[in-house]
Amino acid sequence: MATLHTRASARAMLSPAVLLLLAWMLIPLGMTIYFSLLRYNLLMPGLESFVGIENYQYFLTDPAFFDAIWNTLRLVGGILLITIVGGTLLALLLDQPIWGQGIVRLLVIAPFFVMPTVSALVWKNMLMHPVNGLFAWIADIFGMQPIDWFAEAPMLSVILIVSWGWLPFATLITLTALQSLDSEQREAAEMDGAGPLSIFFYIILPHISRALTVVVLIETIFLLSVFAEILVTTNGGPGTATTNLTFLVYAQALLQFDVGLASAGGVVAIVLANIVAIFLLRLIGKNLEA
Amino acid sequence: MARELSPRRRATLTTAAWTIGFLIFFPVLWTFLTSFKTEGEAIAIPPSFLFFDWTLENYSEVQERSNYLRHAMNSVIIAFGSTFLGLLVAIPAAWSMAFSPTKSTRGILMWMLSTKMLPPVGALVPIYLICRDLGLLDTRSALVVILMLMNLPIIVWMLFTYFREIPGDILEAARMDGASLRKEITYVLVPMAVPGIASTLLLNVILAWNEAFWTLNLTADDAAPLSAFIASYSSPEGLFWAKLSAASTLAIAPILVLGWFSQKQLVRGLTFGAVK
Amino acid sequence: MGAIQLEQVLKTFDATTVIQGVDLEIEDGAFVVFVGPSGCGKSTLLRLIAGLEDVSGGRIVIDGQDATNVPPAKRELAMVFQSYALYPHMSVYRNIAFPLKMGGVDQETQRQKVEAAAKTLNLTDYLDRRPGQLSGGQRQRVAIGRAIVREPKAFLFDEPLSNLDAALRSAMRLELSELHQKLETTMIYVTHDQVEAMTMADKIVVLNGGRIEQVGSPLDLYRRPDNLFVAGFIGSPKMNIVDGAHAEKLGAPTIGVRPEHIALSTEAGDWSGVVGVAEHLGSDTFLHIETDGIGKLTVRAPGDVLVSHGDRVWLTPMADHIHRFDAGGRAVR
Repeated sequence: MATLHTRASARAMLSPAVLLLLAWMLIPLGMTIYFSLLRYNLLMPGLESFVGIENYQYFLTDPAFFDAIWNTLRLVGGILLITIVGGTLLALLLDQPIWGQGIVRLLVIAPFFVMPTVSALVWKNMLMHPVNGLFAWIADIFGMQPIDWFAEAPMLSVILIVSWGWLPFATLITLTALQSLDSEQREAAEMDGAGPLSIFFYIILPHISRALTVVVLIETIFLLSVFAEILVTTNGGPGTATTNLTFLVYAQALLQFDVGLASAGGVVAIVLANIVAIFLLRLIGKNLEA
Repeated sequence: MARELSPRRRATLTTAAWTIGFLIFFPVLWTFLTSFKTEGEAIAIPPSFLFFDWTLENYSEVQERSNYLRHAMNSVIIAFGSTFLGLLVAIPAAWSMAFSPTKSTRGILMWMLSTKMLPPVGALVPIYLICRDLGLLDTRSALVVILMLMNLPIIVWMLFTYFREIPGDILEAARMDGASLRKEITYVLVPMAVPGIASTLLLNVILAWNEAFWTLNLTADDAAPLSAFIASYSSPEGLFWAKLSAASTLAIAPILVLGWFSQKQLVRGLTFGAVK
Repeated sequence: MGAIQLEQVLKTFDATTVIQGVDLEIEDGAFVVFVGPSGCGKSTLLRLIAGLEDVSGGRIVIDGQDATNVPPAKRELAMVFQSYALYPHMSVYRNIAFPLKMGGVDQETQRQKVEAAAKTLNLTDYLDRRPGQLSGGQRQRVAIGRAIVREPKAFLFDEPLSNLDAALRSAMRLELSELHQKLETTMIYVTHDQVEAMTMADKIVVLNGGRIEQVGSPLDLYRRPDNLFVAGFIGSPKMNIVDGAHAEKLGAPTIGVRPEHIALSTEAGDWSGVVGVAEHLGSDTFLHIETDGIGKLTVRAPGDVLVSHGDRVWLTPMADHIHRFDAGGRAVR
């Protein structure tokens, strides 16, 4: 509903954003794909040569790649499990008419605003340190042997740290969805003789399922790229114990300077992320029509 | 939800909620407290929670040793610079999609969102090389532009959802009143959308402030914002907990406060309107 | 000053044609009302004149100049929207002054004009308020104030009274008519309410399905409707339409008689029927009568008529007030 004149200006005003994003998407993507077909190491300039899919063959058969895929899955899966279950339970609790709800809410969402490098360092040193950390002290009080977190359970440690940062996100969004639940629906179910468990599974869960799906998808997008937490805590180790796909590509590019191999890894990461993205886009797209 | 609970049940639930809330908040609180301890007290076992000699020494030492203020200034410039630049590009785009939609508007919106889903690591090599060749490694300008591009889809989307709620009538009235397109946007649309624009600004400043992939990979020291600067404390010789805490407190405090103010918009912004 | 001509104006949205080649002449200073059922294209036609939509064909001439491709800001027309479309972030004063500011009028002149308009519209005490703090009627007045300060060539009103309650609506109707008499500027007014059209217009344009059905003064349309659509649309309660044998007897495939043009008797008449509902308004009584061989007819009787549900009555259409229509629904004259 507009005139030719406004439509023309509308196009003119939309184009900078579109062109910028187009460049931001296509240039790196094109270059990454191109590099992935080259033998190209920054330490050996001038020796670039076209090698076809050799980098992919090498990358995809490298044991480090399988470790990285497995670690990525464990990392994403573990964090999702903790944040979704924990977030739902926490949201259910916060949805109750408790005293000081607003303040508890502020306390709960705080971790989301802590930058990844800070949260990783604080957890690694002040909480999880096997000698001087707070957890060691607590274990000591209960007469237990303190755990050397990053030596004994490096992946679990990273999962815990990242989960702490994402739990607020899951909680906040689930809580928002819960608060839009019509209380009459719940009352009707109570009148029909449903107990708390049936109410949760038949009324509440279906109502928040959409929000939970959104949380899963958005968290997945971000969690596939977890980087800073690994860099400042374990540096991918010990061995490859905490090397995920993002970290592997980083290591190949900026530690071993193998541009070709790193680019092949980048393309693999893009393909994997796209599989998740398709589902997320569908979900959001549906909402756009409503 | 005005449901009546027995006072006892309510007290139990309240206690549970406060306990969990406190535990989740504890690492932040602990960092804050430790920042006022001496290095000795910071690693002492058993730890002291409140009864130690409060000192501000760590804060001054963080500044002296590592020029904290410069990194903080980098953070401010990068976070606000990228967000303002993003708004400048996104406001006209969102206007156009909200008030003059075409058949392709929906497709463009979805495509914009999809660029946000490309893993940054997929672009790491080319962006790194481009920055190297242009001499932009470890510069604030490179980060301003990259973080702007990274958050542009979110900015456009948030603005779009806010603009859509403004009745088109009012913009048409401005047009009838003789306003040019530029005046229509500056005198009518932007003032009416101030709350929406403000929350978009806030959320994107937070996201840019906490960004730690590009900042770690593209800066060394000169342009390092706080998120990258803090990482220097991960080296073993940098392990001074009290100073780490002081630096951390300074890095997260301003953004935590902003975040608390914008928690409602956060839901909307980060889910692209899929959860309201 | 504000004469407007539409020449074969056409508007299509994708595949649907909303305005089907409309020709219309609006004289300077006229109060013209576009009326029709919802979806008839009356608002679209107004928006085309305003320039808020592009025509798909034809020409729009304002004040002797082709304005077809002139943007709305340059047409020198003022519009009052159904939602009022006030700027919520500006005070009443700044709302009214906005078109002047856009036109580059200096501060002092702005002040004089806004104050003059506020005085006319009884808004002087509210100039510092925001639109959100005003009642519906006051907002309406602000919207009108914003329109009058710039002394446009014509005013365009898009169902401006439909958000007001009944009492306020009739008061505003009167105010708008007075305003028109005072300003003597062309006004084009869109409504779906035929009472508004009848009471305010110099000239009514009845639209249906994107076409003009008839143009004329209110009484013209009431007395001499060109077709069944206009006959049914203008007048309240609606004209009774009769076809079949009873119509043939009166000389046309279809005839129409207004409720006020049927004589009522308890003894004898042309048609006979049983009273269903009797609506007593005090001044008048509307009787809904189930008539033998015809169906439901509405009859307007004096307020003190004493018939009630279930009574048998006789009806006689007044011979010189019978409207005759051919099989295609056109008036036979």
